Amino acid sequence: MSEQTLTIESPILNRNERLAQQLRERFRASGTYVVNVLSSPGSGKTSTILATNERLRDRYRAAVIEGDIASDVDAQTMKEAGLPAVQINTGGLCHLEGNVISQAVDALDAGVGLEHIDIIFIENVGNLVCPVDFDLGENLAVMILSVPEGDDKPVKYPGIFQHAGAQLLNKVDVAPAFDFDLDAYHSVLDELNPRAPRFAVSARTGEGMDAWCAWLAEQIEAARA
Amino acid sequence: MHEMSVVSGILESVIPVAREAGASRVCTVHLRIGDMREVVPEAMELAWEVLSEEDPLTLGCTFTVEEVRPRSRCLACGAMFPHDRFHCRCPECGSAETELMAGRELDIISIEIETPDDNDKMGTGQNPSVSAL
Repeated sequence: MSEQTLTIESPILNRNERLAQQLRERFRASGTYVVNVLSSPGSGKTSTILATNERLRDRYRAAVIEGDIASDVDAQTMKEAGLPAVQINTGGLCHLEGNVISQAVDALDAGVGLEHIDIIFIENVGNLVCPVDFDLGENLAVMILSVPEGDDKPVKYPGIFQHAGAQLLNKVDVAPAFDFDLDAYHSVLDELNPRAPRFAVSARTGEGMDAWCAWLAEQIEAARA
Repeated sequence: MHEMSVVSGILESVIPVAREAGASRVCTVHLRIGDMREVVPEAMELAWEVLSEEDPLTLGCTFTVEEVRPRSRCLACGAMFPHDRFHCRCPECGSAETELMAGRELDIISIEIETPDDNDKMGTGQNPSVSAL
């Protein structure tokens, strides 16, 4: 019996990273901008996507990939709003991975054709930890925190706030009912992720949504240039 | 619980390499994990215990983790600086334009394997690692 050490030096999530790269190339070829929407359950991912689409639909044709442990409630909501939607049920898995996104993109491609989709919103599984480590080939990861969750979330879950390319603070319309310390929220993010722009919004009332959508449209245009 | 995905990713990469090298057993897998990742080595242990048993090659295999502290480069003044998970702003000039250079590693560095010697191979044909125990 002899022992030896073999050098491997490869990423653990090699398979996912390869898939993400393939997805990225596919999205680039079809001119589709992809937004990975991250948040806890109940922060308003679905309503924010709908409110965003409402403001951008004259310019961009959108589709949605819904990731949930179970049910197709969200995909039905999207379809009722006139958006092509594919539901992924992860069956307990706490995040989406490249393989299921590939399948969902195939379904969208077979349905409406990827070249007819300008923007795909991927509504990730509501979770502040696991989705961070899985690249889905997206152009932008947007983090939605809602006021009722409290200002301490960036301190408790730094990874996801650090990873995001934009921060939405949702449900600002109910702020008076909660002790959300806006200064504390900003001062943590100033250090944790100073580059990502922040938008205070209410998907329900529409407050702040125009600024967010204008910025998003700029990113879409910049990616096309 | 994405440690399950992480561990299955490790085993998926390791097993073919070990098999190709003629290993009878993988003893240890050495990993490198950055502090900016959401992988908790302690939480990996349970997933490891379950998944490493699925292949005789990795039965009883252990892993080590080399943790990597985050380090960023300032795009404004060029300073390289170490930091924790919370402070990514440049400590020299205060710029927010910084780029993470280290801290998001999630890599397999190497594996330690046992390979049967020629004598072992001529034996009973049983898994030599079992008889060696």
